[in-house]
Amino acid sequence: MCLALPGRVVELFGTDPLERTARVSFGGVSRKISLAFTPEAELGDFVLVHVGVAIAILDEEEAQSSLAAFAELEALEAGDGDVSS
Amino acid sequence: MTLPSCPLPLPDSLDEDALVTLAHGGGGRLMRRLIEDVFAAEFDNQWMREGHDGAILEALPGRPVLTTDSFVVSPLFFPGGDIGELAVCGTVNDLAMCGATPRYLTTGFVIEEGFSIADLRRVVRSMARAAASAGVQIVTGDTKVVERGKADGLFINTAGLGFVRDGEETRPSRVEVGDAILVSGDVGRHGVAVLAAREGLGLETDLLSDCAPVAGAARALIDAGIEVHCMRDLTRGGLATALVELATSVDLCLSIDETKVPVIGAVRGAAELLGLDPLYVANEGRFVAIVRGADAERCLEVLASEAQAASRDALTPFAPALIGEVRQAPAGRVLATTTTGAERLLGMLSGEQLPRIC
Amino acid sequence: MSLEHVDEYRDRKAIGALVHAIEREATKPWTLMEVCGGQTHSIVRYGLDQLLPDTIELVHGPGCPVCVTPIGMIDRALELAARPEVIFCTFGDMLRVPGSSEDLYHVKARGGDVRIVYSPLDAVELAATEPAREVVFFAIGFETTAPANAMAVAMAEKRGLGNFSILASHVLVPPAIEALLSAPDNRVQGFLAAGHVCAVMGSAEYEPLARRYRVPIVITGFEPLELLSGILACVRQLEAGEAKVDNAYARFVRSAGNPHAIAMLRRVFEVAPQTWRGLGEIPASGLILRSAFARFDATKRFSSDIGVVPEDPECQSGDILRGRLKPAACTAFGTRCTPENPLGAPMVSNEGACAAYFRYRGLTPTT
Repeated sequence: MCLALPGRVVELFGTDPLERTARVSFGGVSRKISLAFTPEAELGDFVLVHVGVAIAILDEEEAQSSLAAFAELEALEAGDGDVSS
Repeated sequence: MTLPSCPLPLPDSLDEDALVTLAHGGGGRLMRRLIEDVFAAEFDNQWMREGHDGAILEALPGRPVLTTDSFVVSPLFFPGGDIGELAVCGTVNDLAMCGATPRYLTTGFVIEEGFSIADLRRVVRSMARAAASAGVQIVTGDTKVVERGKADGLFINTAGLGFVRDGEETRPSRVEVGDAILVSGDVGRHGVAVLAAREGLGLETDLLSDCAPVAGAARALIDAGIEVHCMRDLTRGGLATALVELATSVDLCLSIDETKVPVIGAVRGAAELLGLDPLYVANEGRFVAIVRGADAERCLEVLASEAQAASRDALTPFAPALIGEVRQAPAGRVLATTTTGAERLLGMLSGEQLPRIC
Repeated sequence: MSLEHVDEYRDRKAIGALVHAIEREATKPWTLMEVCGGQTHSIVRYGLDQLLPDTIELVHGPGCPVCVTPIGMIDRALELAARPEVIFCTFGDMLRVPGSSEDLYHVKARGGDVRIVYSPLDAVELAATEPAREVVFFAIGFETTAPANAMAVAMAEKRGLGNFSILASHVLVPPAIEALLSAPDNRVQGFLAAGHVCAVMGSAEYEPLARRYRVPIVITGFEPLELLSGILACVRQLEAGEAKVDNAYARFVRSAGNPHAIAMLRRVFEVAPQTWRGLGEIPASGLILRSAFARFDATKRFSSDIGVVPEDPECQSGDILRGRLKPAACTAFGTRCTPENPLGAPMVSNEGACAAYFRYRGLTPTT
């Protein structure tokens, strides 16, 4: 279940929590998305969108840290386990 | 004594607020007026002026190639095109895919009563423009009007006649093991543009449909001396469906690297959001070329310069790509290498791709 | 051409590196289950199960809300959709799921006003703009979707709409995992928990399961790199004899989940027993509308004679959903059961295991 896609918040609308929405951009298409569950989301944030609702805000630090871990593993494999750099 | 005025006055000409009625399909004066005012005004040539039951054409060199298609797209007007442009390009492209030079088109209209005459004029003007740009003439046609609810606004059928020189026919039987598979540009723009234009999904985008004639590019390949074995234009069902149909016809394996298939950001975004596979999303201005292996690079060059010329007016330029090759086995299958390096089968969809949430 | 925060997780070299790491670190055979149908789809579509070493067996779980919606509920939906006063709104996934004799596509072809929506909130908008019609929304899903479905009801209430109702069929993940783990013939040794369910609910409710049944539960995402890293984390725990809840999807999952979404879910829905198509009834595994929202319940608004409906006896989806049977091993797979003529839901749902195998592998293995 649960097809969800990260998109960037490019415009914010509304102040009432239940009605707070954003225009979220996904690579060149955008859609109005409800931010009722992510009221702290700000312009430029990435939110995880499922059925027109943002269910989580991307934690950029965690994202960077897992990508860094993948890169490290890749380097390790490429060096056949050699300890380098 | 004042004469009673007729309750059904005939207008002198069709004004812009007029609607098509069942009377316009009746074969009488109203129909004549519709044909003259809307159709003949735009499709002006010797055959239309002759107004005969059939168009008696010039015999041109080469073998005749015939094709037909019906167009029921909804909405009728979408970003980057309309049903009229589609109706001309779709049929012109099918002829070009056979290696033929498209020459003549017929067109049949089934119009729902209540359809706006202004919209009808818009559609017909699009057809005239598309025909002029493709170098074809619309030489004969037919019009029917049906009751409300029976035609979703407007249905159009076009049949096309072209001529192919000996040795230049492109057809599945010419495909061989070792041939290269190329696509003329990025995929999925038409499907996403139409989806975005339909209310209900809430997608916003500047993306335009890729609806365009590909006859010029197809011709350019043949004229450049490239050994083109087969071409197939991509329409409903997208790149994957075209490849599956080809693989079945040729009974060979079409093997592609799906990471090499170009897909622009807007199509990727819409596809990922709605759970659609871009390889199955509709196109109306792209084609697949299967050429002799050694001609792959040259084919790419020609397609690239054609794309550059055609991209001048498009929001985002497009570029062709070499995406795969023809193999012996597994026969009749299309295999796609995924980003992980593993292969997946590309099969036929059972119906249309629907947006999903799971 | 690239999608940020998506494409980085589809990098070929990094994928290769993770596969090698799993090969190196898995010294014994391990059987893992990915719970979520979306994860199954991704695994089969990207061929991850083909890349993994033979030591790792991936068993596909019941996390497909389309697949587990009771057949009687589908029949209820068909009945409602056929009513002339009803606009029946549904996610696209449900359109071809077979009920006792037909599906929503057939009802639409006969004139039923069936409309695909991307968001439940769109169905609420429709109700506001069509006051003379009854708008019914087919509210299915796991915990990921339930808060949005709840919000739709809350919005309808706020706007005073008298013509909006939902046909609700929600299922919860932890009770399903418990039902699988407590089965005497359970072979699953480690779980990849559903990342998006956990983005909503958090990880706390998996702790007692990990402890009681001594199985590692790794919260995992959906992209190839994320799935592989979830598998690696699970393998590492198994090799070390550990059984903890581990969050391998921390970019979107916090241990407390999303409190706003949880609050909305709890405001509108309460937990109840639920029948899972193919699996039978699992206690405390479903959600129903609270009595305060009874007027938004389509089952109360529209009367019906439909009760419990038996499954097609040929369909072995129960065993498929429990991970006991691989789709290709089902005797009806590809013959009496195809996407055009499905016997059960896993063959028609986009994330059903049977559909995934049929679509990406064909009837026989390609390599």
